[in-house]
Amino acid sequence: MIALLTSILSIILRAGTSLIYATVGEIYTERSGILNLGLEGMMLMGAVTAFATAYYTGSLLLALGVAMIVGALLATLHAFLTVTMRANQVVSGLSVTLFGSGLASFLGQRLGPASNTYYLVGLVGPRFTSIPIPLLSDIPVLGALFQQDILTYVVYGLVPLAWFYMYKTRNGLNLRAVGENPQTADAMGINVTRVRYLYTILGGMLVSLGGAHLSLSYTPGWAENLTGGRGWIVIALVIFAMWNPARAPLGALLFGGINAVQFRLQAAGTNISAAFLNMLPYLMTVLVLVMMTWWEALNKRIGAPAALGKAYMREDK
Amino acid sequence: MTNQPEPQAILQMRGITKRFPGVIANEQVDVDLFPGEVLALLGENGAGKSTLMNVLAGMYRQDEGEIYLRGEQVAINSPRDAAALGIGMVHQNFMLVPTMTVAENIILGLTEVPFVPDMQAVTARIKALANRYNLQVDPHAYIWQLSVGEQQRVEILKLIYRGAEILILDEPTAVLTPQESRELAAVLKLMTAEGKSAIFITHKMEEVIAFSDWVRVLQNGRLVAVKRTAETNPQELARLMVGREVLFRLEKQLAVPGPVVLELCDVHTRNDKGLPGLQGLSLQVRAGEILGIAGVAGNGQRQLAEVITGLRKATQGQMLIHAQDYANRSPLDLIRAGVSHIPADRIGMGAVGNMDVADNLAMKGYRKSPLSHLGMLQPQRIQEFARKMIAAFRIATPSPATRVKFLSGGNIQKTILAREIDACRDVLVAVYPSRGLDVGATEAVRKLLLEQRDKGVAVLLVSEDLEELLSVADNILVLSEGRAMGCVPAATADINALGLMMAGVSQPLTVN
Amino acid sequence: MRIVIEKRQALSRTALILTPIISFFVSLLLGALLLMASRVNPLETYAAMVRGAFGTWSNFTETLVKAIPLMLTGLGVSIAFRMRFWNIGAEGQLVCGGIAAAWVALFWTFVPEGLLLPTALLVGALAGALWAGVPAALKAYIKVDETLTTLMLNYVAILYSQYLYYGPWRDPQGYGFPGSALLPAMAWLPRLTGRVHYGVFFAVVVAFVLWFVFTRTRWGFELRIIGENQTAARYLGINIARNIVLALLLSGALSGLAGAAEVTGLSRRLQQGLAVGYGYTAIIVAWMAQLNPLAVLVVAVLMAALLVGGDQVQMMMRLPAAVGLVLQGMILFPMLAGALFVEYRLRIIRPQAVDLEPTPTAPEVTP
Repeated sequence: MIALLTSILSIILRAGTSLIYATVGEIYTERSGILNLGLEGMMLMGAVTAFATAYYTGSLLLALGVAMIVGALLATLHAFLTVTMRANQVVSGLSVTLFGSGLASFLGQRLGPASNTYYLVGLVGPRFTSIPIPLLSDIPVLGALFQQDILTYVVYGLVPLAWFYMYKTRNGLNLRAVGENPQTADAMGINVTRVRYLYTILGGMLVSLGGAHLSLSYTPGWAENLTGGRGWIVIALVIFAMWNPARAPLGALLFGGINAVQFRLQAAGTNISAAFLNMLPYLMTVLVLVMMTWWEALNKRIGAPAALGKAYMREDK
Repeated sequence: MTNQPEPQAILQMRGITKRFPGVIANEQVDVDLFPGEVLALLGENGAGKSTLMNVLAGMYRQDEGEIYLRGEQVAINSPRDAAALGIGMVHQNFMLVPTMTVAENIILGLTEVPFVPDMQAVTARIKALANRYNLQVDPHAYIWQLSVGEQQRVEILKLIYRGAEILILDEPTAVLTPQESRELAAVLKLMTAEGKSAIFITHKMEEVIAFSDWVRVLQNGRLVAVKRTAETNPQELARLMVGREVLFRLEKQLAVPGPVVLELCDVHTRNDKGLPGLQGLSLQVRAGEILGIAGVAGNGQRQLAEVITGLRKATQGQMLIHAQDYANRSPLDLIRAGVSHIPADRIGMGAVGNMDVADNLAMKGYRKSPLSHLGMLQPQRIQEFARKMIAAFRIATPSPATRVKFLSGGNIQKTILAREIDACRDVLVAVYPSRGLDVGATEAVRKLLLEQRDKGVAVLLVSEDLEELLSVADNILVLSEGRAMGCVPAATADINALGLMMAGVSQPLTVN
Repeated sequence: MRIVIEKRQALSRTALILTPIISFFVSLLLGALLLMASRVNPLETYAAMVRGAFGTWSNFTETLVKAIPLMLTGLGVSIAFRMRFWNIGAEGQLVCGGIAAAWVALFWTFVPEGLLLPTALLVGALAGALWAGVPAALKAYIKVDETLTTLMLNYVAILYSQYLYYGPWRDPQGYGFPGSALLPAMAWLPRLTGRVHYGVFFAVVVAFVLWFVFTRTRWGFELRIIGENQTAARYLGINIARNIVLALLLSGALSGLAGAAEVTGLSRRLQQGLAVGYGYTAIIVAWMAQLNPLAVLVVAVLMAALLVGGDQVQMMMRLPAAVGLVLQGMILFPMLAGALFVEYRLRIIRPQAVDLEPTPTAPEVTP
């Protein structure tokens, strides 16, 4: 029994890690007022470039670096279109997804070695292995927390750091102001454009890292449509976390957990409930949204950043 | 006056001129501000007060003129520059983030704050300042939890925290209850006792008397008077703010009013912030009569128009059109009842900028033939109608297919007028119809209003321009703080009496 | 010297027409760069794509097959976008339409055979309408943000359809292949030629009807006003909430119809392959068509051509099929950037000549 629980916890953590990276990243982006629907494309690009880099260079660190650069580039494109060119954020994000997904698929069929007809699919590359922490990993059930690979351990630190930065530092204050009320932030001397670029790019890097985790640790390897729609799930997770990084693990583990655990449930013969379990998080997110909007008090405290999705332009003087 | 050496002015503005496309907002305006004193800037809407202060606060750059601080010339090119010089402004629309706390708002954007702000130290400093100036507010409270008066205190604290020596307040009592206004006056006294100075923008005479040491009156962008507050009174100020010789009276026939068409009985409303708006307003307008509504902007004029046109709820009272109660009906019902509305907000409400002139002209009549038939628009008829209106009202547009947003302000107004007047049957509500228009357009507007009146329409004209009211209206009712202060026939009205009423001193209601 | 972005004072016809054209060519250029980086001749590739999409009759019909759902969902999305209602739930609305049509075809045995197909299509449209109507009502009456609600509902619909064709509706004679049983023949939407089903008629008819509604009817006029300026709409007596919901019901119905047509006309089963992203691509189609219904038809065919052409290129030039997808995505970036120039223009402000005068001292104060 204990072994079962421990292994379930372990699966949940591994499945949730990539989601947490991406959720924290998108929380930062949306907090600056930019909606980035290009997550699916970014995660796929992060996954394929990380895997290819690791395969050819053997260096996992370099692979992560490349994924982050790729994520930053895609995010810069989105930021340029939405912040500087004031394009429609929904259409821009969707374009990034379309482009990123297509390009990832393209690269997945071109970057491989000739011996594999240039495909990356089916190759075995370097991967992050789990590093159990002595003593702590022997704790029954909770020991699973200490039997993870480095990327998950980094997440343990990332979440509190992300929370601290957002709520306890001067920069986090400025960020929140920009997403809530760019006119006020501008009047107080904050450079709205710079803030939006910065956190969109930062968010993109984290999202891409989430994708890299899939191809370098979770799956591992590359396959068509590796992310399986996770990029869209992240949008829901951001709402679920109510734009607070500290709450990101909650939803990520829930979604990731349900996803992963459903195989166990299928094996146990409860095929039907698996599908509804899958639907539940999305329905719950809609419910959370409705509640938050309806409940005005709630909305003022933990609602969406008020300026999310709207382009900002200072009045001509 | 004794021959004491005059204290050196802390701030001097000389010859400030600021132009916007089509209008001169400030023309050669001078300002002197002394330490420890409060200066009031008085004037009607559009007189240039806010523009002048925005120049001082770094939001605008002046086209001509210099600013001297403590004797030295300074250039103020941004709000940061102004803050560095010790100048801060509290705007009418507060610059606060609702979902953050008071303390967070106060340190927002401050570069001196360390990377990880010591919120305890910040809170302590805020509390100290709050106690010193009697600006009580909880630093840990979220802005959305605070009342408007408390939010204003936060804005003032924000300025003091950043070392402001000169505070600019834009219409500070517009959002305050009388009690809160008195508290604000006390706060200002505490600040000036320490040597800080304040400039506040207002159009209310009683505020000038209550708060300030000096007053400068602006009219149409020019400085027309400088007075020590102790040496003047509300009547004189009203006259200075508003008074000019009535240059010409339009040729108009004597009114032959018919039966009462529009009547308000004890109407109460609430404004967008939930504060009381109209407070028991009653009035009557007869067919073939123009009732002018005078009063300084912000005393309920818009709410009056909105109640009559179905855009705002009346919490109490009746609104009768031909003796039927139309209070709280939908805008469509009022349109069907024959009410036309020329709104104050032209491009935001009265017209759809991205659609063309012909479409805008059709927006009242499109529900009926000939502009539509069985639910389908009749494009030829619409074009015909548009051409007719463009000619009749002399709307300057390259073609009926030009998008309205490309027209000049005057022509947008003409488009709205054309549409509303054509659709008008019994009641016409016109709110600031000639605001911002040049002389020719203004004259055209007034003629049109008179024409409607001569056709038997009951016209309600809301205007800040007393001259306009005196020349166009048959009777003038003065609104102050949502109440009718008095109603007098225009022919025999006296500007001083009107000024008094606008200042809140009521006259007995005169029967026309 | 600074470069300032300022609003245009007059509508620039040239910008309106030139922008999409220039953007299109910039995208072709960017795509060419990508192809060259892949050691492939771009001109050959583009030529192959064009042949692959339009070269033979059968290629052309395949392009049309992919274009039909894009047309219908694109039309649906364009209605919503005109109201400034960001409906990104077209995917879910399409799937709901497919589910409903399959439901009718497989289980509504009480419907006379001749009416089975029309009923399936109608119910499919209604299902799509409902799926859009709920977020619409939530937005119109409670102001819940529609981007997120419509997006979430996509997943609910897709997961439900998966549940159905893996579970209770699974074809007992399907040899384990996930999908429902074959629909009865009476419920099959007839085909014109190749695999092009009658959905193409629906699309064309709907496009013209929509064009008519928006330009010639009172309701279309009111919808346009609401989309442009809600304050003015209210002032003019138009009921905003009700109209938003009605327009969105129509929007969802069109996507639902697309799904119903796919299921009854193309696959003739409820199976995997229904939710392949048409709903998302539709947004791009609608946007590129500048929300004009007739343009939507053309753009839908173009986007479908990119997909089909890409497939062909894979076989002929041993390039990944995804090249079509990549181009689809890349076309938009220059267009998005270019859209700015319709409303705004660049102006270069040169520094003024500086007047050098001695700093004046403060003048005398005269009280």
